[in-house]
Amino acid sequence: MYNNISGLLRLAQGKSIWQAVLQNEAKAFGRTEEEVFLELDKRFSVMEASAEKALEKSLETAGGLIEGVAKAQWSFALSSGGLCGDFINKLMARALSCSEVNASMGRICAFPTAGACGIIPAVLISIGEKLELPRRTVLEAMLAAAGIGAIIQKNATVSGAEGGCQAECGVAAAMAAAAAVQMAGGDPEKSMHALSFALINCMGLACDPIAGLVQVPCAQRNASQAVNALLSADMALAGMKCVIPADEVIEAMRRTGKMLPPQLKETAQGGIAATPAGKKLRDKIF
Amino acid sequence: MDTSVFEVAGPVMIGPSSSHTAGAARLSRIARQIAGSPVLKADFGLHGSFAETYKGHGSDKALVAGMLGFREDDERISKAFEEAESQGLSFSFHPTELEGFHENSVEMSLTTEEGLMTIAGSSIGGGEILIKKINGFDVEFSGLTPTLVIFQLDKRGVLSEVTRLLAEHGINIGNMRLSRKAKGDIAACVIEADSDVPAELAEKIKELDNVISARVIHADF
Repeated sequence: MYNNISGLLRLAQGKSIWQAVLQNEAKAFGRTEEEVFLELDKRFSVMEASAEKALEKSLETAGGLIEGVAKAQWSFALSSGGLCGDFINKLMARALSCSEVNASMGRICAFPTAGACGIIPAVLISIGEKLELPRRTVLEAMLAAAGIGAIIQKNATVSGAEGGCQAECGVAAAMAAAAAVQMAGGDPEKSMHALSFALINCMGLACDPIAGLVQVPCAQRNASQAVNALLSADMALAGMKCVIPADEVIEAMRRTGKMLPPQLKETAQGGIAATPAGKKLRDKIF
Repeated sequence: MDTSVFEVAGPVMIGPSSSHTAGAARLSRIARQIAGSPVLKADFGLHGSFAETYKGHGSDKALVAGMLGFREDDERISKAFEEAESQGLSFSFHPTELEGFHENSVEMSLTTEEGLMTIAGSSIGGGEILIKKINGFDVEFSGLTPTLVIFQLDKRGVLSEVTRLLAEHGINIGNMRLSRKAKGDIAACVIEADSDVPAELAEKIKELDNVISARVIHADF
């Protein structure tokens, strides 16, 4: 089978990434295609609900740092479309909705983590809608994303406490970018270039939550990393090739995470958490 | 690749943190199973990061929710305090030091009709947990597979009777660990099984000579 991205690419030759991932899931865990897709469907339903819940209604969160951000972004998308247009603004609103639901103690699907739970739903739903893809195709993209995530989790890390935000929101963006390419009809190789671009675009990103709450900058990072996923996918779809192989980019992300000081790894001791305003908010909340 | 896609695309849980919310809820839900009879009062001693950040991550609500039997994806977690009041569960929190324990750990002192029980465990990331101590006995199990927790008198032949019963029911043992404080006193035995352990088998084990209690624990319950 495979232990890294290049192994997965070899297995996916002449077919799709999701098919190779499914093959592994069958071999390593004895799961049938039907079982896998049934479970994916269940979890995707949770993702859809969390990407929608805060669009119409602002949710109460501990500390209240991001209440109403999804709703505001959604109405902005519908009314003016802003500078980026309604597609990108809707994408960001969906990612923000997941973050707001998470912070309000609502139900989410951690993918790969709770803090980064908005990126993959936002990308899958928005592209599915734009390209009018059947649900099955969207679930196949989710499977590809999860298969790639499994490799990164195994060979590097998806924990903010270990690798900073690049390992949580960055990895979510990398998975989403590869999935986005697959949804747009790009081949597996293009998916892996997209994955690499997404990680490169946020290499070294710190995890610096104000007051230690999964709110700021987590919500903004979910929105911006969803956009990172899309632009990385578009660069790959346009034919841009990453000069560093995906496995080496993943290893670089792991090493960079190791080099990050503890203050920048989910301890709320560095980055914006350690600013005067950040500390003031912390003192006010606790 | 021995990491499943569902370890990455999941768990489905109540936010905001898999380690501080989902893990906390599971720890106390498993502790509730270990206690067996209904918990009337729960005192949570919070260690490390749990003590520092429990309010912002809703670890307090999650711990109370677990004690009520709510699963990690149950939306009632955010209303756990109110639910506890209506179900007659009283609870309290205090910071504590648990030497040698993981950053996210809790010691739960549970009052049931049968008396007081103390269970300590850790949330080790991604919503996964480990139970580390029961009434001062060292144990270590996750509850991911059906697990028998047996208290027995430390006498010859008890274990072989237990394993005989398991074998008779076609249950394979994945892992087994015995812990005692002093020779000839009480011993705690934790058996992780490869397949479901029926409740009536636990009853049979409980009826064995020198066995004090036997309970089946499983995160799926």
